[in-house]
Amino acid sequence: MIEYLVPVLATTLAAATPLVFAGLGELVTEKSGVINLGVEGMMLIGAVAGFAGGLHWGVAGGLLCGALAGALAALPFAFLTLSLGTNQPATGLALTIFGIGLSAFVGQYFVSQSLPGLQPLIIPGLAEIPLLGPVFFSQSWVVYLSWLTFAWLAWMLARTRWGLILRAVGESPEAAHAIGYPVTAIRYAATCFGGAMAGIGGAYLSTVYTPLWVQNMTAGRGWIAVALVVFATWKPGRLMLGAYLFGGMTILQLHAQGLGVELPSQLLAAVPYVATIVVLVLISRDRKLLQLNLPASLGKPWIGN
Amino acid sequence: MTSSRPDPAPRLELLHISKRYPGVLANDDVSLLVRPGEIHAVLGENGAGKSTLMKIIYGAVQADQGEILWNGRQVQIGNPAAARQLGIGMVFQHFQLFETLSVVENIALALEGKFDLRALASRVREVSAKYGLPLEPERLVHSLSVGERQRVEIVRCLLQNPQLLILDEPTSVLTPQAVRSLFATLRQLASEGVSILYISHKLHEIQELCERATVMQGGRVTGEADPRQESTASLARMMIGRELPVCSATPYEGERIPVLELRGLSYANDDPFGASLHEIDLIVDRGEVVGIAGISGNGQAELLAALSGEVPSAASCVLIDGQAVGHLHAGERRDRGLAFVPEERLGRGAVPAMSLAQNFTLTAHRQRELRRHGLINLAGARQWAARCIERFDVRCAGPQAAARSLSGGNLQKFIVGREIMQAPKVMIVAQPTWGVDVGAAAFLRQTLLDLARSGVAVLVISEELEELFEICDRIAVLAAGRLSLPVPKEDTDAEKIGLLMAGTQQQAA
Repeated sequence: MIEYLVPVLATTLAAATPLVFAGLGELVTEKSGVINLGVEGMMLIGAVAGFAGGLHWGVAGGLLCGALAGALAALPFAFLTLSLGTNQPATGLALTIFGIGLSAFVGQYFVSQSLPGLQPLIIPGLAEIPLLGPVFFSQSWVVYLSWLTFAWLAWMLARTRWGLILRAVGESPEAAHAIGYPVTAIRYAATCFGGAMAGIGGAYLSTVYTPLWVQNMTAGRGWIAVALVVFATWKPGRLMLGAYLFGGMTILQLHAQGLGVELPSQLLAAVPYVATIVVLVLISRDRKLLQLNLPASLGKPWIGN
Repeated sequence: MTSSRPDPAPRLELLHISKRYPGVLANDDVSLLVRPGEIHAVLGENGAGKSTLMKIIYGAVQADQGEILWNGRQVQIGNPAAARQLGIGMVFQHFQLFETLSVVENIALALEGKFDLRALASRVREVSAKYGLPLEPERLVHSLSVGERQRVEIVRCLLQNPQLLILDEPTSVLTPQAVRSLFATLRQLASEGVSILYISHKLHEIQELCERATVMQGGRVTGEADPRQESTASLARMMIGRELPVCSATPYEGERIPVLELRGLSYANDDPFGASLHEIDLIVDRGEVVGIAGISGNGQAELLAALSGEVPSAASCVLIDGQAVGHLHAGERRDRGLAFVPEERLGRGAVPAMSLAQNFTLTAHRQRELRRHGLINLAGARQWAARCIERFDVRCAGPQAAARSLSGGNLQKFIVGREIMQAPKVMIVAQPTWGVDVGAAAFLRQTLLDLARSGVAVLVISEELEELFEICDRIAVLAAGRLSLPVPKEDTDAEKIGLLMAGTQQQAA
């Protein structure tokens, strides 16, 4: 049993990492009151930019390129929704469509190329712990980076002035403006941060997880990231759990296919998505939980004077 | 800075301030002078330009013309942060608080310096004890009563050591008792040298609290006075150009028959920011006006939804003319003679972008003349709307005018008129004169009184105690989702009603 469990759990963490990055980014964006449905598109742009960067400067350079490209992709969305007051969901959908197209166009030069990938960074000492060691401490450094990002964000949101300002802007831009905060600038920053994180998530896919470029390689992970934010009721800890649930289901259905479970592979491939949606619906039924954490101004245009 | 002159520089001086919005001159050559430690009233009706002037002082709006002198120096106040830097604090009429954050977090957002919530919480306790403004720093704002929220706003200002504190209509949501303790706090602050700008339209409050008053009407300063030396009538003349209008009520001669009845109406709210209703009993007779006092958020919205039919209940909980209607939806209840004027005029009482004639059909399509072969008779609607405009003195460009182009008072007259023209048996009105100018308010009150005396049961839900005492025959209090027994207004007074409002207010959560 153990010999099955360790690789399943270890690959679960790796499979969930793009969702962790993209989801945490979208969480910050939504906390500021902006809903960006362009995560899928920004991840794809990040993936192709990350792959290009990875060819020249290795994985770290690839992730940086992905972050930069993701943030740049979020910028026109921010301009349209925050400065011109367009409808956020519609503009986000347009960004996704744009991202799919742009990444496919740029990516045609990278088809059939591949990157060397990344060796796990085995943490001495910790990696020797039975079960936990091989699962948690024999991952690529990018996975560790995702944990650090999570810890930093969770701390920032809950304990710092920056986190408080972000939550305040998301709840009532009018009040934040009245006591003197630059609401639009803060939302720009949060939206671009979300884009950068989605870009990193995409770049991780194309440089580490499967180190090559495939058209449309995010395969809906951007949408799952958006859903996870709601499912997590805008709490980073729950978002991590949700991401790993989805990652775990992805890996499990792969193993199930390998073991020859008598179900069409298309159905099995749908299991993680279905499972995530079911859990999402169950959680969303608790209105109290949702309303206490929901950024009250989410998706509502606000133009300052 | 401080010279040896005996008279210190005024704390704040406004010189010839003008501000124009599209279509309206909100401030026209306004000058104002506030001395250190002075409680200075700015008196005026809704729309007189008080709020615009305060926004200019607080930096939220920029004046087109004029100068601002702060402690004798000319300043530009580009934004609220700059105003706070100077030492100007503002307590907003519509509180600028964050519901899902705690008291101390709300306060921290307005302060600079080291971010240490624990140290700040103890400072909050200190200041709130010193000025008699009890607060629990850890509580979430959405669980606070309106009075407590105001304290958060005041303490938030005080922690910034302001030299000038602006309060915009601060008593509109307070009980008479809470008003007294607010005044005590303000006097204490003034004695410590803080200047206070007190914006209000309530004459007796200004006479009680303020040493000087600047009166505004239509964007201009129409007078300066020491309100303690003036009579209410002379202040009113400065404010609206004539005496305050009063309503006249004749006793109802007809037979007293219950029309609207509530029996044990309860509603469990699953919205954490909303209130629940507990076992509400009430009878409104033909020919009388019953008032429900209380501060919004104590179940007012929920009770209104249960009355109008937006939220159905058990059939036997709501009766019209002895018939159970609790299970019926809003349209079916209207068919049985219920008319309803909601608190939100634009958006619920009327559709902002639609013309008055179209708005008229929204509830009046039940009138046979407004229908033709199952379709709307638009020509008929225009005629009816025109009649409503004439009969209820609605100042507008005619039945084709968009609802949003009307002032609050005129739109309210139109909506009330529309409902009255349906010949209802029961009329339910929420906040009938909220944000309405004095003249229109008096007209609306008289209209409701006359409607009752013509044999209709009228139920008024209002936060304005004076209004309720003016038009109601009996008054009950809705607090924390419970309704007190309605008492004839002769047997009670503002003090007693205030206690009922506050007594259970503590549990409001």
